[in-house]
Amino acid sequence: MNAANSAPARGFHRQRWDPGSFCFTGLTGLATLLILLILAVILGNVVFHGWSGLSLRFVTGGTQADMFDVDKAGVWPMIFGTAARVILMTLFVIPVGVITAIYLHEYAYGQSLLTRFIRGAVNNLAGVPSIVFGLFGLGFFISFVGGSLDTVFHRDNPEPIWGKPAILWASLTLSVMTLPVVIVATEEALRAIGPGLREASLALGATKLQTIARIVLPNALPGILTGGILAVSRAAGEVAPILFTGAAYFMADLPGSLTDQFMDLGYHIFVLSTQSPNVEKTRPILYATVLVLLLLTFALNLVAILIRARMRRSRRATH
Amino acid sequence: MGLGRGYRARPLEWVAEKTVFLVSLTAILMVFLIFLFVTREAMPILLGRMNSAAVQETIPVEKMESLAPEQLQAYLGLSRQEFAAKDKETLKLLMEIKVEAAAEAPDDKDARVNTTEWRYLLGPYQWTGYPKPDYIWQPISAIHKYNIVPLVLGSLKATVVALLFAVPLALGAAIFVSQLCPAWLKEWVKPAIELLAGVPSVVLGFFALIVMATVLQRVFGYESRLNAFVAGIALGLASLPVIFSIAEDALTSVPRSYTEAALALGSSRWQAAWQIVLPAAIPGVFAAVVLGFGRAIGETMVVLMASGNASIMSASLFDSTRTITATIAAELAEAVFGGHHYRILFLLGAVLFVVTFLSNLIADLVIHRLKARLEGRR
Repeated sequence: MNAANSAPARGFHRQRWDPGSFCFTGLTGLATLLILLILAVILGNVVFHGWSGLSLRFVTGGTQADMFDVDKAGVWPMIFGTAARVILMTLFVIPVGVITAIYLHEYAYGQSLLTRFIRGAVNNLAGVPSIVFGLFGLGFFISFVGGSLDTVFHRDNPEPIWGKPAILWASLTLSVMTLPVVIVATEEALRAIGPGLREASLALGATKLQTIARIVLPNALPGILTGGILAVSRAAGEVAPILFTGAAYFMADLPGSLTDQFMDLGYHIFVLSTQSPNVEKTRPILYATVLVLLLLTFALNLVAILIRARMRRSRRATH
Repeated sequence: MGLGRGYRARPLEWVAEKTVFLVSLTAILMVFLIFLFVTREAMPILLGRMNSAAVQETIPVEKMESLAPEQLQAYLGLSRQEFAAKDKETLKLLMEIKVEAAAEAPDDKDARVNTTEWRYLLGPYQWTGYPKPDYIWQPISAIHKYNIVPLVLGSLKATVVALLFAVPLALGAAIFVSQLCPAWLKEWVKPAIELLAGVPSVVLGFFALIVMATVLQRVFGYESRLNAFVAGIALGLASLPVIFSIAEDALTSVPRSYTEAALALGSSRWQAAWQIVLPAAIPGVFAAVVLGFGRAIGETMVVLMASGNASIMSASLFDSTRTITATIAAELAEAVFGGHHYRILFLLGAVLFVVTFLSNLIADLVIHRLKARLEGRR
């Protein structure tokens, strides 16, 4: 019996137990337990207080006039706004993210300075505070791009058409923010494919482009999907970047064009928590809205985890 | 770049390769653009070209004709569209209003002070009506006070509380999950902790505001319900997943041979983890804490909802406080576009960007060197 075929590194009970080790193992276990406990309390509290407010009417109806009225409130405009901006975001982020990941994995030289710069930039994007993204959206997309569009196309119009907060700019800002998520997930998927498939394709005479387009990408699709879903779930919960790039808390209609503002679940939670006229009365609405947002985010995360698990299982089956 | 002599035979390949390369430069471009455009709005303050004094030079109405349109527009503080929309009578009226306002302006020695100079942004100053020289952030008043020190202090207070709360918990959990717990437990615990990462920060802020603030006040008995302590705990919850995943990743990338050698020599799992694995992974743990710091200092919604938002200079953790991020979020909507308040907020954003950029850079370099060392490249 040697280390290679014995049971995974010594079970819990087989090791030496001295008082110090026992204490410290217990402490770290306690730390883990505490974290899980806090998470359970947060989720439990939200579900407990929000469950009664959930109903079909709540998720499919609601006008801004009844926003603070417990019996008539609904979050459909907010769900629509959140969904719209997030779907728009995926249109921008998935192509750019996937192509960047393809470059990093398939074409780039591993340790060249440029590759390290790109990876460094991706890591840095992941760490930029969300409010700075909001400022970026305001200073670049709305003022610069929107302002320039207005100067070119609507010079005579005194009202800014493109140069004001709009769902288009909010989506673009969010797509810059979630770019690292998509890139990392796609790279993971590309790495998991393994060199065998690629080499077989090249050996049979396909060009690199054909290999990527017809062999690698279809195989990486579950991973790309995971990345997209993770990006969506992250963007759905973010409020700071959309504060000045398009979120509004009173909109008469649903956003009809790219230049409209929109209502949003997270922003609604923020407004209800801090600017409600009667905190006690609107508490049920607030809890129900939080529950809707959490259900949405967790459902998306769950789908991503399931896809990932299936990918790993099928990977193990074929290799 | 890899096509050898086949370039002319395969133009599509070459085009595809170049296009892919150009698109992937977007990441670098975006970081550059973020820095450029946020700093661009803050430039006039950095260069000292803005004047926010309450009382400024006024131009008498008779001189209106002698001004070029652009000068008149800048003097009246109008945007291009607004200026074009007004006729001559309205412009004359606006000029008269300005002269009257100057006559009624605060008869105050501070009224002529240009409060956007660095001296007032960073140093204490004796404002009229205050007992002693102090650091005041009060943009919405007749005399705009833009000292950023209370905000920086607020951010640091909340971040310190967050790290004091999150680092022991996250590191303890990371050591437990990666070194000490049985494999079947790990499969459940790790995703559960990563579930915490999926909770949006606005929900954490909501929870802190509605539930935690009341509970903590009852337990600790301090005066202000919303303060740096409550916000700090919630911030800690927000940065916990970051610290946990990076630390756990670093601990797991230490080769198993280290642990197995220690166990073979008769140590317990804890002794192996504490004395062998943790020291080997210290750079990664350090990077985890640095990234947790970056996350905590940049977090907006939690502090906006839970910190009380009073910009006072106080060393106490139990006083209502205001952070840089909450200030930007709360005040940008009301700031005049292109005015001094607007630009100071962008300046704060630029400072925040630089701080998190540097902390990210440090963490990246450290992790890079750790991985290289563990994989035997050094």
